Amino acid sequence: MDNKNLTLISRIKDSDIYFSFIKSPTAILSTLILIIIFFCSFFVELVTPYNPFDPSSLSLMDAFTPPSWTEEGLSKFILGTDGQGRDMLSTILYGSRISLIVGFSAVIFALVLGVGLGLSAGYFGGKYEMIVMRLTDVQLTVPSILMALLVDGIARGIISRELHDEMAIYVLIFAIGISEWPQFARVSRAATLVEKNKDYVSASTIIGVSNIIIMFKHILPNIMRPVLVIGTIGLALAIIAEATLSFLGVGVPPTTPSLGTLIRLGNDFLFSGEWWITFFPAIFLVILAFSINLLGDWMRDTLNPKLN
Amino acid sequence: MTFLKINNLSVNYEMRRETVYAAKEVNINVEKGEILGLVGESGSGKSTVGNAIINLIDEPGKVSGGSIILDGTDIYEKPENILKLRGKKIGLIFQDPQTSLNPILTIGEQLIETIQTHLKLNTEEAKNKAINLLKEVGIKDAETRFNNYPHQFSGGMRQRVVISLALCCEPELLIADEPTTALDVSIQSQILDLIKRLTKERNLAVILITHDMGVISETTDRVAVMKNGDLVEIGPTKEILTKPKEIYTKALVSSVPPTNKKIDRFKIIEKENKTQGETNIKILNRWTKKDIIDQDLVKVKNLSKTFDDNFFTESTKNSVMAVDDVSFSIKEGESFGLVGESGSGKSTIAKMIVNLYGPSSGDIDFDNVCITKIKSNKEMMKFRKQIQMIFQDPYSSLNGRLKVKDIISEPIKLHNPSISTKDIDSYIYDLLESVELTQQSAERYPHEFSGGQRQRISIARALATQPRLLVCDEPTSALDVSIQAQILNLLKDLQEQLNLTILFISHDLPVVRQMCDRIGVLKNGKICEISETEELFKDPSHDYTKELLKLMPKIESIYN
Amino acid sequence: MVMLVVAFVSFSLFNFVGDPINNMVGEETSDEDRAELRETLGLTDPIYIQFSRFVINASKGNFGISYQLKRPVSELISERLPATIELVLLSALIALVSGTLLGVYTGINRKGFLSDIILAISLLGVSLPTFVIGILFIYLFAVILGILPSFGRGEVVSLGYWTTGFLTLSGLKAIILPSVTLSLFQMTYIIRLVRAEMMEILQTDYIKFARARGISEKSIHYKHALKNGLIPVITIAGINIGTLIAFSIITETVFQWPGMGFLFIQAVQFVDIPIMSAYLVFIAFVFVMINFIVDILYYFIDPRIRVKAEAVSG
Repeated sequence: MDNKNLTLISRIKDSDIYFSFIKSPTAILSTLILIIIFFCSFFVELVTPYNPFDPSSLSLMDAFTPPSWTEEGLSKFILGTDGQGRDMLSTILYGSRISLIVGFSAVIFALVLGVGLGLSAGYFGGKYEMIVMRLTDVQLTVPSILMALLVDGIARGIISRELHDEMAIYVLIFAIGISEWPQFARVSRAATLVEKNKDYVSASTIIGVSNIIIMFKHILPNIMRPVLVIGTIGLALAIIAEATLSFLGVGVPPTTPSLGTLIRLGNDFLFSGEWWITFFPAIFLVILAFSINLLGDWMRDTLNPKLN
Repeated sequence: MTFLKINNLSVNYEMRRETVYAAKEVNINVEKGEILGLVGESGSGKSTVGNAIINLIDEPGKVSGGSIILDGTDIYEKPENILKLRGKKIGLIFQDPQTSLNPILTIGEQLIETIQTHLKLNTEEAKNKAINLLKEVGIKDAETRFNNYPHQFSGGMRQRVVISLALCCEPELLIADEPTTALDVSIQSQILDLIKRLTKERNLAVILITHDMGVISETTDRVAVMKNGDLVEIGPTKEILTKPKEIYTKALVSSVPPTNKKIDRFKIIEKENKTQGETNIKILNRWTKKDIIDQDLVKVKNLSKTFDDNFFTESTKNSVMAVDDVSFSIKEGESFGLVGESGSGKSTIAKMIVNLYGPSSGDIDFDNVCITKIKSNKEMMKFRKQIQMIFQDPYSSLNGRLKVKDIISEPIKLHNPSISTKDIDSYIYDLLESVELTQQSAERYPHEFSGGQRQRISIARALATQPRLLVCDEPTSALDVSIQAQILNLLKDLQEQLNLTILFISHDLPVVRQMCDRIGVLKNGKICEISETEELFKDPSHDYTKELLKLMPKIESIYN
Repeated sequence: MVMLVVAFVSFSLFNFVGDPINNMVGEETSDEDRAELRETLGLTDPIYIQFSRFVINASKGNFGISYQLKRPVSELISERLPATIELVLLSALIALVSGTLLGVYTGINRKGFLSDIILAISLLGVSLPTFVIGILFIYLFAVILGILPSFGRGEVVSLGYWTTGFLTLSGLKAIILPSVTLSLFQMTYIIRLVRAEMMEILQTDYIKFARARGISEKSIHYKHALKNGLIPVITIAGINIGTLIAFSIITETVFQWPGMGFLFIQAVQFVDIPIMSAYLVFIAFVFVMINFIVDILYYFIDPRIRVKAEAVSG
């Protein structure tokens, strides 16, 4: 076991990906930022002393405190507080957790659906492939944000208002996931078509390996590179989409605010001078998305798949 | 004065771990009116030298030493020198005519632009010159074809257009980098004749870069042999091919399959796997050897296959007849060869025999059972076990995500579900040793192996089911000649020891001659003739076969 | 084909999402009244009759009456259409022109300092959600500098069916921020695509062969490579306009631009199905038209397609 681990580590160390990673300061920096953000968001209870959603700990006296480095700032609220006296930093971290959960779930949903359909469409071909690809074509013509809005709109029609707030996060995951799956389907189908024509697939067929095993054991690992690149960029897109929907007021409800909700709530105070309430969540969102995109960009260059 | 003088040229590539020398202190001279062959296996640096002359070395490579003097001008002395020479004094032809022309400009536009870049001619004059050039390189209806786009030309015609582009400003040096490798034999000979004719008529200095000893022997006046960036030997072609001084040249020449006789084994001077001695076919102990019965193991009856160009239209208008009413049979224990140029349908037949596609019509019998009509999966598995295949491309035929061990164990487990883990391991080791690979190979991944070694792994995988019929689809055409010789020897040994029946598919006539007992010649999906190998080569009956034999480049032609 | 699918989806919205009667009448309406209304609206007819009626009405531009605003949907849409079209077209122009130019520049000058900066900014642009850009712009230009308006279209001039903001100073001023905001995200996208395309083309054999013939770098870049590189840009341009229409929803919300997107977002919040379905049909129509135009453009630009088409027809 030990020996095996060692060879795995040395294999990683020997690989070109590792080499290009340690050579790329942007890749290292963005990974570091992401690790910090992920850690602080998922273990937010350990990181901050405040729970912004516990009404007993809030005091309206603290409302609209500017950031700590300004004249009226208080050192206990580093980034200031919002209209209800909630500490901005902890609120942002709680919000970022919601955003990340929604983003990851939506991407995983889209990935499983898209890769499943794309892989099988590329492998089996024929009428089935045609139908799947037509479906992605039709859906790709509808921009993702519009798709998500529609799904959300329909969900509002079907689900009662009281239930809607509870269900909002699942609706959101579904809405974003369903709007992103065609990307995965197209990329994995294109990659599958390339792989399918390689002789190792023919060799397996001649040996007598079943279609399911060829698809999942042989082809799937070989198409994961472009899928991962799309997945990384898709994560950034999903987080932005979530924020956008929440900003438009059709995302997660204000009781459990995500980054987008926070920006929307803060936007009302922009003209009255309380800029920090909207500024910090916005900056946080941009840093998060930017880091993910930097990493995705580096991955795209390194893994160098032909996209589309 | 020497026309082109390459002095101590070194080109290196700064790689991540080391600096790779693609050319090391190479000295070559070329005179006007002669064709110099630059020959070597992949990675020998022959293309690097060609690219260095015109300063088009791909990143991160760079010229690190030496000089190139063309007609008295050092082309690396001043950067603007080379820009004046490109196209004007040096013409270049690439390997693949499919990709060397800009798809959205007509060939006329490309010709006129090139001409006007270097010569002071108005558009009308340039056009006349271009049309004359097209005529000179053998394009009919040059006036109308002038306005065509590249995709409207066939491969051979495109290469003619490429040559006319390379020659349009009357260069004195022509560098041809594998100009015929992507073309069929019949077109290859036309293009080579064209180059020879132009060399004489225009008094060109030509550098012909190729891996094909037959081409070298028939076309060049002098030849330079390269290996790993070193110039091994240079001299008159006849001398180098008949009395090579260096061991490497000897090895290279001896591993070229002779076209005029059948030999038993190839002489191997330098082995890829040095640790192994004589082939030790260990797998023999496990092999449930079947005696050869005097019967036709495979019977192909009126086989046809059409591919629909368009998915929606069922009409036959757009469909392509890849295989057209082909019948032949393969005797148990023999090697049957199928030869043909690209598009002749030879690979399609192979894929139907191993049941990757079903035929459009006709039947294939294996061991007196019609395998094209089998519906049940269980029945099919019996035949899957008995028919295995080796593919052309050693890079795509192995799944890069699996260890060699897992690649070879897949067929073993599938066809012997009850086999124990320990037994599988020793099975794998026996297979690996039978194809002259070490036991340690099992733990490694395909990318750690060379092309020839990968082809050995492919053979091991094919043998794992203990097949009776081995279909080899161009198994060596992606390999260098010295490696090709080793793989062909291995296949011969395995066939002899394991009583295999082989269907050998190739475009390479000399190789087929060495490997096969009987040969079928295919053209456009139809069989032209089937005969015993020696009879076919000595006394071909079909015109197409005669043509092919006449046109194939022969290394022996140097003796004449 | 696409239109029919979309029409069916919109129709389903009408029928299965909530009860249209409930949406139209108050709580106190009696069951008899409801049944009567149902009858007059034709909701008791078989589904296919209802669907064909929907398609016929839709093709006449009749999408029913907004639940929330109690006005015909077609009227609401035609009122707001010019605002959205002006915004989208201007943004598309900005995004395409600057995106292509910068993309070509960075594709050719791969290692330059300026290229690195453009690329870094473009990556940042992809990471900046449109609404964040909008808010930042408003804060900077409207709140701090106070030089540009932060909402509305300014004064508009009515030209019959069309109202335009291009003819007044305040209208022009008002469109600057929203259109730049809207175009930024798309522009960065185009930069990256064009750059990748150019880089790939510059690696091809025919470019290498052109170099070997001594063709000047200028001609290689702007004649040989650019022409090939622009082919995919046509597709991008098509998708780009469609995406801009969708993203105009966000921009219109941020800038309170009185266009269709703003109308739609309100419709989603109040489950105003007629507006939603009309908007959907409208978008689908625009997409089908754009695809059609793109196909025609391809035919004229790419000789490979042209020859193939001629071979089939002749």
